Amino acid sequence: MTEMKKRRSKSIAGVAIVLVAVVVVLALLQRLVMPKYMGEVKEGALIGEYYDEDKDFDVVFIGDCEVYENFVPATLWENYGINSYIRGSAQQLIWQSYYLMEETLTYEKPDVIVFNVLSLQYNEPQKEAYNRMTIDGMRWSPSKIKCIQASMFESESFIEYVFPILRYHDRWSELEKEDFRYLFGAEKVGHNGYYMQVGVEPVVYIPEGKILGDYSFGENAWSYLDKMVALCEENDVELVLIKAPSLYPVWYPEWDEQVISYAEEHGLKYINFLEHTEEIGLDFSTDTYDAGLHLNLYGAVKLTDYFGAWLIEECDLGDRRGEEDLTQIWDDKLQKFYQQKEELEEKEQ
Amino acid sequence: MLFTSYSFLAFLLILFLLYYIVPKKCQWVLLLIAGYVFYAHAGWECFLFIGVTTITTYGVGLLIDRNHNQQKAYLAENKASLSKEEKKAYKEKQKNKRFALMVVCLVLNFGILAVLKYTNFAIANINGILEMAGSEKVLAFQDLILPLGISFYTFQSMGYLIDIHRGKYSAQKNLFKFALFVSFFPQLIQGPISRYDDLEKSLFAQHAFDWHTISFGLQRILWGFFKKLVIADRMLIGVNALIGDTQTYTGFYVFMGMLFYALQLYADFTGGIDITIGIAQTLGIPVQENFIRPYFSKGIKEYWRRWHISLGSWFTDYLFYPISVCKPMLKISKWSRKLLGEHIGKRVPVYAASIAVWFVTGIWHGAAWNFIVWGLGNCFFIMLSQECEPLYDKFHARFQVKDKTWFKAFQIIRTFLLMSSLRMLDCYRNVPMTFKMFGSMFTDWNVKEAITVGMWNLGLGAHDYIILLIGVLLLFMVSMLGRRGSVREMIARKPAWVSVAVFGTVFIATILFGAYGMGYDASQFIYNQF
Repeated sequence: MTEMKKRRSKSIAGVAIVLVAVVVVLALLQRLVMPKYMGEVKEGALIGEYYDEDKDFDVVFIGDCEVYENFVPATLWENYGINSYIRGSAQQLIWQSYYLMEETLTYEKPDVIVFNVLSLQYNEPQKEAYNRMTIDGMRWSPSKIKCIQASMFESESFIEYVFPILRYHDRWSELEKEDFRYLFGAEKVGHNGYYMQVGVEPVVYIPEGKILGDYSFGENAWSYLDKMVALCEENDVELVLIKAPSLYPVWYPEWDEQVISYAEEHGLKYINFLEHTEEIGLDFSTDTYDAGLHLNLYGAVKLTDYFGAWLIEECDLGDRRGEEDLTQIWDDKLQKFYQQKEELEEKEQ
Repeated sequence: MLFTSYSFLAFLLILFLLYYIVPKKCQWVLLLIAGYVFYAHAGWECFLFIGVTTITTYGVGLLIDRNHNQQKAYLAENKASLSKEEKKAYKEKQKNKRFALMVVCLVLNFGILAVLKYTNFAIANINGILEMAGSEKVLAFQDLILPLGISFYTFQSMGYLIDIHRGKYSAQKNLFKFALFVSFFPQLIQGPISRYDDLEKSLFAQHAFDWHTISFGLQRILWGFFKKLVIADRMLIGVNALIGDTQTYTGFYVFMGMLFYALQLYADFTGGIDITIGIAQTLGIPVQENFIRPYFSKGIKEYWRRWHISLGSWFTDYLFYPISVCKPMLKISKWSRKLLGEHIGKRVPVYAASIAVWFVTGIWHGAAWNFIVWGLGNCFFIMLSQECEPLYDKFHARFQVKDKTWFKAFQIIRTFLLMSSLRMLDCYRNVPMTFKMFGSMFTDWNVKEAITVGMWNLGLGAHDYIILLIGVLLLFMVSMLGRRGSVREMIARKPAWVSVAVFGTVFIATILFGAYGMGYDASQFIYNQF
């Protein structure tokens, strides 16, 4: 009897060990095949980096590439003592911005949330790869679940977000060194969400925008802007709308008018930086790395400096450079910031 | 709802949990509901057709059964008072009644199938004839729906009706139980075409949770997914490329396309059947095997006893035998024996019935001449092989090679190549094109170009070929092992952890190497389309 019991226990233990091994292997494989965004497309890593922060920001930027390429939190700190973070991702859609905002507000209550309005042009999901860059980086929360549901294409399944191996399994055939190197953790890509670019590609030609049949933003997009306004009011956070000074994709005057009216109607501040390029001192022959789509570091610093002054004046933000702990954190961050700047500039030369 | 969709897996999980939670006497009701939920996914309009088949077959089955019983009772009651002639006349009258009832129901149900599946084929042929006759008139094609699994549930229901007519068993009195027999979801869309008496007991029985059976069922499901997702759907990429461009892919490519399609079809169909049988097994319901290593067959007749067994046996029982022994055929047999002699004459009814069966088998597989020619091609080779039997006997009497391994291997390869060649008719758009492509295998010598360049441009990379090679080798090994008995039983005899490790590895391989999700078109099982 005892012998039988022993054998049974052994058998159960054997099965349990193998089952655990199967689960572990699957978990490792999942990590392995998931994109690490450490190669050419680094932007996908930005969203996840927020969770390592202390989350005590005065200003949080939310939006697409026009925020993470054009604003430099390091400059806001250095010049104005504003502690800021950018929760930006490539082609971030407005509902993704909303759910990122909702999630951010569960961690902290910044004084100001800055939202870049370019994504109002999209009323429905655009590209799965971009959705993934925003969503995969988010930690599991009710906001993430809602964000997935709002962003999914018909051909996608929710379970593929729960178990990303079901989505990325086919990457086994295209695994690269970086997939193994960053299996257990990636390098930091952003500087408080800013993605540094130091190259220069002057603007030589600005493509004209297509004539649209209807310039009205879609109902879905508007509804999420309404939700953002309500959420910020609920949380006593000031929502500032901006349009970054990217020369294209085209920002139509008809779109601008709609945002102006909306901002007026809801008592929001709105700045279209495209109308302030001269005041900012932007020179599109030197301040952009991709011929006008996004600013490079030099342009972004100018824009951020301008915006910092505006924030101090308009939003009544204080200078926090006297806070010892925060200053120490920023000292480290600035060191890394300038180190990377140097490295990139060296590469460019 | 595709078997390979997440929604189906979720559906299955919920059903499975409920199945062992609800009172056992309600299990069959749950299966009926599940069957209809599953069917509803294909569109509500399909309900009309499965509903008509269910109700008419149930009703007519009951009437025939009642007639059987009435006849028995009447004869028993009047045993003494009726003369032999009166009894015979009465029996004949009742028999005709039952036959008429059965025929009405068969015509209605096969009529529905024929109209929905073959109307456009008929129109295409009529248009062809009109065109040949120089007419400018063209009949418009009809936009008809093809209810999910109509060929399968119609055949299964009509098999039941014929069995009732033959008095093989009593009709099911409960409409809902009969509805479950027709709509039992695991086999609804791709078979096997079960017999009522095989399924009846377990379908309506109460099933306790039995881990041994359930785990075997799960293992079978997993193996089915492996075959479908890792082998069939990856192979499909190559198959589509090879058969899609008949200008470029001639010669050796046609040969490779033929091989790829043979493997894809096998992995797809048997994978689907594995899932079907596995699901049924987890519910405690044994479903008959539909394939027994058909590619190991040493002859075409043997092949057809091992491939899509339930369809073959359906045709044998409900079409071949009735045709062979029907009165007109007996007359033809008598006449042909007189005219052609005993040796050839006795073959006439058998061959006539075979031709009819293979014609129907062909058209069952698809409403196109390709399939009809494919069916008749099979028939031709079966007859040829039968006629050559004396020659084979002479050969084997002279050369003692029958039991040699190399000769068996030769027979297996010969049968495989023959069946694969015939199956090319599935692939190309029409019969002349198929013959042209088949011919190109012997005229276009482009082996070197295909191996060095062309085969790498099909959308399959080296990694795909490696996966396919390993997958097919695994399939081959499991088939070889299967000759000695149930592979799952063999694994189960090892320590439990071995079993978990084996199936855990298959699970991981399926998840990782399966051709599913974004970048792959969700591919239906081939037999879902019938």
